[in-house]
Amino acid sequence: MAVQVRVPPLLREAVGGARLLEGSGDTVDAVLQDIDRRHPGFRERLIDEHGALRRFVNVYVNDEDIRYLNKLATPVRDGDTVSILPSVAGGGG
Amino acid sequence: MVAVYVPTSLRRLTNGQAKVEVDGDTLDMLIQNLELQYPGFRQALLDEGGGFHRFVNVYINNREVGDEVGMATPIGKDDEVAFVPAIAGGAGPLRFTPEQVKRYQRQIILPEVGPVGQRKLLAAKVLCIGAGGLGSPAALYLAAAGVGTLGIVDFDTVDLSNLHRQLLHGHKDIGRLKTESARDTLHDRNPDVNVVLHNVPLTSENALEIIGQYDIVVNGSDNFPTRYLVNDACVLLKKPLVDGGMFKFDGQATVFMPGKGCYRCLFPAPPPPGAAPSCAEAGVLGALPGVIGAIQAVETMKLILGIGEPLVNRLLLFDALSMEFREVKIRRDPECPVCGDNPTITELIDYVEFCGLPRESALIG
Repeated sequence: MAVQVRVPPLLREAVGGARLLEGSGDTVDAVLQDIDRRHPGFRERLIDEHGALRRFVNVYVNDEDIRYLNKLATPVRDGDTVSILPSVAGGGG
Repeated sequence: MVAVYVPTSLRRLTNGQAKVEVDGDTLDMLIQNLELQYPGFRQALLDEGGGFHRFVNVYINNREVGDEVGMATPIGKDDEVAFVPAIAGGAGPLRFTPEQVKRYQRQIILPEVGPVGQRKLLAAKVLCIGAGGLGSPAALYLAAAGVGTLGIVDFDTVDLSNLHRQLLHGHKDIGRLKTESARDTLHDRNPDVNVVLHNVPLTSENALEIIGQYDIVVNGSDNFPTRYLVNDACVLLKKPLVDGGMFKFDGQATVFMPGKGCYRCLFPAPPPPGAAPSCAEAGVLGALPGVIGAIQAVETMKLILGIGEPLVNRLLLFDALSMEFREVKIRRDPECPVCGDNPTITELIDYVEFCGLPRESALIG
């Protein structure tokens, strides 16, 4: 399945500055692994050593949070958009 | 069924809803049915003699019900009844001054606002957490629109580096307390507004007492401990929270309503220290908080007026570089420790510890 992955500003330096990437795979995790092959270290920013999504990052397939679908095993279809959203605080002066 | 507008100060009785539907052929029956469904309503509206408190104005279809028309006033099934607290100091039906009519004219002529809507704004009490990048446009627009009471929480002083984005402060304010600079700017914009200054860091010791004085909270905080503190306090006090944030060129906005999820449902844990740079470290384009803060002001007014569809269970995502707005869904997490089915957090905690920050570097407030 070919999907579009939206990379948040915080992670763009891990993927050569790209805001949008093409990814392929049948599930969210497969897509992340696909991107990781091209940009090593990317997946680790999102997924901890136990294989779970880090709690300050959300991932959406289209507009649904994968935590309420099938988490990293959530299936994706052609044309879906996978969005990565870390929490931000702003500010600091 | 009759549509009843619930003033922001009474929405704790209706689980946050701005409009409810009840049956009633007369005002008296309507209030009885309101009390059955939402206990506490009767006492909020009526005194011991069974008449309306002097500080409550009653409108049927946007027309004021004067003192002489009583509880037997008939109500049609498609009518809308609004109970609106009178503005502080007002006794009996409130009249706008000619200056107020002129000042608010452009919004009063909107059918969705009208004179009743303007009174709802003047009766509302909104707390802005932070008088910085987000708080500035939010507070400015809310004051301009005539929100009657605006609280400002900030204990920072104005710095030159603030001025590229923090609209409440000017060059002459450098070195002043942000709250005082804010008050002067807001009063200059609209002397109708009662600006209440909370020149303290918001902590677990004072948050409930401060937030408890207001109907709606607008979050413009700049650090994670405060975000979680404000969130938890709003859940515990059942206050709507109009949230916003941004990073570089991306912004976010949403509205958390009591019972419909909270910030922890969205982000159960903060990033480890250092993983999410602040604007001071990463930078931000000045106009960007202007967009998000204005959106927060609009959402706040929609809640006060009871109009439109607020960003409840919707996270608005703004990408300024591509000028794209998108939305993702937010759900209430049944396992959320503070607003879930079995809450484990029932009082405010140590947020600095929760966010893993060394105590000296905490930026609460």
